[in-house]
Order: sequence, then C-alpha cells, then structure tokens
Amino acid sequence: MAFESLTDKLQNVFKNLRSKGRLTEEDVKAALKEVKMALLEADVNFRVVKQFVKAVEERAIGQDVMNGLNPGQMVIKIVNEEMIALMGSETTEISFQPGKAITVLMMAGLQGAGKTTATAKLAGKLKQKGKKSLLVACDVYRPAAVEQLKINGQKQEVDVFEMGTQHKPLEIATQALQFAEKNGHNVVILDTAGRLHIDEDMMAELQELKENLPIHQTLLVVDAMTGQDAVNVAKEFDEKVGIDGVILSKMDGDTRGGAALSIKAVTGKPILYVGMGEKLSDMEQFYPDRMANRILGMGDVLTLIEKAQENIDIDEQKGKDMAKRMQKGKFDFEDYLESMKQMRNMGGLSGILGMLPGMGAKASDLESMIDEKQLKHMEAIVLSMTPQERRNPKLLNPQRKHRIAKGAGVDIAVVNRFIKQFEQSQKLMKQFGGGTRRRGGGMFGGFPGMKGGFPF
Amino acid sequence: MSEEKKGFFARLKAGLSKTRDNIVRGIDSVFSGFSSIDEDFYEELEEILIMGDIGVNATEAILGRLREQVREQHIKEPMACKRLLIDSIKEQMRVDETAYDFETQPSVIMVIGVNGVGKTTSVGKLAGKLKADGRKVLIAAADTFRAAAGDQLAEWARRADVPMIGGKEGADPASVVFDAVNAAKARGVDVLLIDTAGRLHNKKNLMEELRKMNRIIDREYPDVHRENLIVLDGTTGQNALVQAREFGDVASLTGIVLTKMDGTAKGGIAVAIQSELKVPVKYIGVGETIDDLQKFDSDSFVNALFDVLPENEGEAQSDDEQQ
Repeated sequence: MAFESLTDKLQNVFKNLRSKGRLTEEDVKAALKEVKMALLEADVNFRVVKQFVKAVEERAIGQDVMNGLNPGQMVIKIVNEEMIALMGSETTEISFQPGKAITVLMMAGLQGAGKTTATAKLAGKLKQKGKKSLLVACDVYRPAAVEQLKINGQKQEVDVFEMGTQHKPLEIATQALQFAEKNGHNVVILDTAGRLHIDEDMMAELQELKENLPIHQTLLVVDAMTGQDAVNVAKEFDEKVGIDGVILSKMDGDTRGGAALSIKAVTGKPILYVGMGEKLSDMEQFYPDRMANRILGMGDVLTLIEKAQENIDIDEQKGKDMAKRMQKGKFDFEDYLESMKQMRNMGGLSGILGMLPGMGAKASDLESMIDEKQLKHMEAIVLSMTPQERRNPKLLNPQRKHRIAKGAGVDIAVVNRFIKQFEQSQKLMKQFGGGTRRRGGGMFGGFPGMKGGFPF
Repeated sequence: MSEEKKGFFARLKAGLSKTRDNIVRGIDSVFSGFSSIDEDFYEELEEILIMGDIGVNATEAILGRLREQVREQHIKEPMACKRLLIDSIKEQMRVDETAYDFETQPSVIMVIGVNGVGKTTSVGKLAGKLKADGRKVLIAAADTFRAAAGDQLAEWARRADVPMIGGKEGADPASVVFDAVNAAKARGVDVLLIDTAGRLHNKKNLMEELRKMNRIIDREYPDVHRENLIVLDGTTGQNALVQAREFGDVASLTGIVLTKMDGTAKGGIAVAIQSELKVPVKYIGVGETIDDLQKFDSDSFVNALFDVLPENEGEAQSDDEQQ
C-alpha cells in the first residue's frame, strides 16, 4: 500500500509522543526530526519537507498545544492538517466543456510514466460518468505505442483514433478532432510520446499542439516512485507547456508517494487521479485529506466505504438479511460466496486491508500470510457444493466432502480444514453479533455502511 | 544526426548537468560559504546529498567517512573536504572487473524490473551491442502481459537484426522462457536475452511468476552463465532500493541497468544502491539510440556528477537556489 513505511515510521515516532502526558519543546523537535527523515526517505522533496517541518514546529510549540490535554494527539493533528494543506485540501475534478462541446485533454510526461495506460484508464473512468471519449495515438516514436493504445482502448471499449507513425502528432490530433466532431465524441484524449522535460525539441512539439488546438486541459502523468526530481519535472512541464493537473501512476507499489506531497506544494497543480493497479479499471480519484489520513496511519476508511457503496451490487434488504444471519451465526456458504464477490470488487483483500484504520503498518505482514490464491481454492470448494449443501453445511458427510474435494481439485484435508474454519468463524460471528458490536465492526460484524461484511 | 558526434560522456555530462548544477553549486557554496568545519557545515552537506536522491542512509555513510577523514587528517578548511568527498563516492561506486563475463561465455540474461523503467528498450539496445560484437544473440519476449509489448520488442529485434521468440498476449511467460532456453541450446546461441513484463515488487503473484521463470532457466540450462539484470529508472527515488531488494529476493541480481539518466537530478540513487545492496551498476542509459546504453564507469560517472564545470546551463536553477 502506498505510504506504508512512512506510516510505519510516523507511528513509531508518535508512539513515544502518545505515551507522554506533557510535551516539551525538545519532544516536538525530536519527533519532527524523525518526521523529517521519514518524509525524506519517502522521497518528499527536500524543500517541501523543510517548509513542512517548520510550519508544524511553529504551530506545535505554541501555547495551545502545551496547554492541551493530550499534546501528542495535538501534534498528530497538526501534522495531519499541515499535510492536507500541502496536498491541497479539496478534491479537484477535470472541468469539462458545457453541453455537447468537445473537451480536449492532452496527456504529457516522461518516458515510462504510464501515459498510455493512464489515457485508457481515464477514458474508462470518464465512461462511467457518461462521457464518450476518443483516444488519439500521438506517440509516433515509441515502437508499438499506437498498438498498445489500440488494445487498451478496445479493452475499455473506447474508440481509438490512429494514423500510424508516419504523420506528425499535430496532423493526427487535428484530424482526430474532426473525427470526434463527426462521430459524436465529447472528450478527446491525446496520448503523447514520453519526453524529457529538458528535451527542447520534444517540448516544442507539445507547445505546438497546444497552440494549434483547442486543448482545454493538459494533464501531467508522473510516476509516484519519482524521487527528488518529481518537482523539477512538474515545474518544467508547467513552465514550458503549462499543465492543469497531475495523474500519479503506479501508486500501488510500496513506500512512496512523496511526489504527491511535493508536486502540489511546489507547482500548485492539483493531483486529479491516482493509478492503483495493473488492471485498466484501477484508477481512483485523488482525495488529499484521505491520503493524509493514510500517511498518519488512520486508515482510509472513507475510500473503503465509498468503494463498498460503488461496487457492491446488493440491495439493502439482502444486505440486512445477511448481517442479521451473521449475527445469529446462521451465515452459510452462499453468503460466503457473496462476500467473496464483494471483496474482489473492492480491490481484493490486500486492497481492503490497506485501507482499514491501524492496519497500514500490518497490512504487509497480513498480505503475505493470506494468499489470494488460497481464497480461490476456497471459492472452488464452495462452488463444488450443491445449493443445498451451501445453505445447510450440516449436510456435509464424508462422502459429500469427498465429492467436493474432487470437484474443487483439492485434497480432502483441505476441504475439512476449510469447513472447520468456517464453523469457527460462524461461532465467532455469533459472539460478535451478540455483544461487542462496535469492536466487531471491521472484519466480522459487517463494516459500517457496507451492508455486508467479510467473513474469512 | 549531430547527436552522434558528441561522445557518450559529453552526453552524459549534458544530461547530468542539471543534477551537477544542483549538487556542485550547492557543494561549492557550502565549501566556500563556511569558514570552518562545524555541525552546520555537515548539515548543509547532508541536505545537498539528499536532494540528489542519494538517500538518508547512504548520505549518513558518506558523511560518516568524511568526518572520520577530517578528524584523522586534521583538516580545517572546508574546501579541502571537496576532494575527499568526491573520492569517497568514487571508491564506493567502483565496478568489479568480472562484471561483464557474459560477453565471453554462453549466457542467459534475464532483464527484470517494475513497469515503465525501460526493460524492453534496454533489451533491444543490449541485443544490438552484443550482435555488433559478433555474438550470436536470441531474444525472448516473455512480456506477455502488457498490450503490444511483443510488437515493441520485435521492432527492436528487427533493428538489431536478431531473431526473437515470443508468445501470445496472455500466454504463460514461463513457457516462453522454456521454449527460448531450449531454442538457445539447440541453435548454439551465445547470449539469450529475456525481456520480462514489468511488475511491481509488492505483487506477490507476479513475483512468484518471475521466480518460476528463473527456476526454469536454472533447470533447463544449469551450466550456462547467468545474469539477472534489474532495470531501474534513474528518476526513481528511494523506492529503487526496495525494488532491488525485492527482485533480488526472487531472482538473485547480478547487476543494475540504470536508465533515463539523461534527464535532471538523478544518479544519486545509484550511489544509494551501491552503498546498501552492493549490487553493481553495469549499464547506464542516457538516451534513445542503441549507442546510448553504455557500460558504467565510476570515475567518469562521479566526475560528470561533480567535477566538470557547467558551460552555460543552470541559470534557472540559481533562482531556485536563492529562495
């Protein structure tokens, strides 16, 4: 998960702060030195770190903190607030032309930043919002870039305009706009070639596109793993071509994201989307405040809830029924299948774990423990049961188990273990359902607002 | 093609000039701006090195050595520190003599790394170089995941005039590796270059897939000289370290190809990697053409980073410096 080790580090720093009743100036300074190091190791730009630490220190050593009841929490709060301030406190959306007018977006960035992938992902995202996009292959330099865009476009079921590699990008884009007008597209996304921000000729090409076409927004795609240089890249692109927003790619790696913090602070340009995975659907809106929470180990509950609401195709009543059954311990294998489906829709187990509060630090351990492949095996086992067996696990006798094992292609021992685990979690859920409802909120008793829950 | 007239190091220097401006300007101002060697002086140095992506740990190691030398040699002048600092980094970056053994014996080179670092391009360039050296080269396109990756590599294979073995999009990459290794044996190929799909090092399944490919080469061709080269994007920050560590876990690394070194502010990560993982940088990429992939040379690299004075670039940078 992004920012994981930064979260780890800050949690370590603040563990010491939390345990203290009172906060001295030295405490704040010592903690902030750690914050500084952690931020630097996460590739946050040095100048941004400096500015950040100073801002926090000034506020933290003030009166209100010293007199506060819980100074440690106060510092965390200030760090959090300043971080949000740095990243921009509001979610920014791409602004579209009114009515049926065509909005032209241009993607730009270094080689390998993920422009072509981001282009297709963006089109998919916009499709959800009811836009009809046309992708334009203006990368005539990289071998097979046109091909890549075509294939990705097909996967997203979005139209792609290309003229091979023998034409100039401006010519291609101009014709693409005409094509879009004729064919009723309302968004045109230009995928341009990767280029170095210090390559004058290539930058001139972008300027030319921008001068000759009605480009409404230029989006810079930045690899989230970029080091101190991220700020230089963003600044150069902005000065030479002018950018309106940033898409951070490859945010699903680990220990990184410093670029996110830096770019906004230094260029003032908002981060619009983050690329979170291999699949073309893995592009998310960027929420600065949620990201700040995630950095501080408070988990990204809001994103989780939203994903749950967005993805879970389950009506209210069904969800309530399921929750009720779970509380009574009457949860059956049908419910299990349903929750597996929900889980996958929300980005898999690891995706969810990373977003849970307090899990940030441990998600990596858990992830290695819970193999998604194993979950597949379990699903296969359930799928090998008859509907009657799923609804009434008590039916399962050795003979039936044997058949199921064969059907799922696993050893009978695996089936036995799985059923045993299932019975145990049934019991567990009964306990949670009875008493400590709040505590069971996360994994077993159904997540607040999620109408379901994940038993596993 | 005026590009070609310029030597490689001229281009490396040109590419590194902004980095160098950042670092050298900073360093010079520190060296001349302080009259004595004190804590503030070291702190300033620390900041400058970190700005160059050298990383917190490597920076501390470098400065630790510097402090020691200053103490032992009773150095009082900040300016005298400059030479020490450069030599110390050079020493750290030196490459082993045996690093390029694969040039003279039958070898399988697997090229691995995260997405978008330039694996396919590096494979293409390497193929071209080895072919030009008179080696019999075969390319395996084991990136069956990314759309059109095979096409991209085929284009490079065509340019280098080298045969290629591929698989359909979505095919098991391990099967491509299997086929390629056996083809390499049957055809008496000198060097088999395997291009793999980009994968993030924290994706367990994808890393296992890589482990499997590595195992297949071991099994099918046990006596061949092996190279696992990780390609790292020169603009990547500290995460490159994690990448190298995780990939090394799955398929032990024999070297690093550091790409995209023709932009700004990078190269520092190479120092960090050498310092912490002891995996040598073997190649460095500074541009798009086949000639832009070169063997890594620590002297020239560090010289280009620190020594050579900028001719006329960097005005924009100085404004920032003053902020």
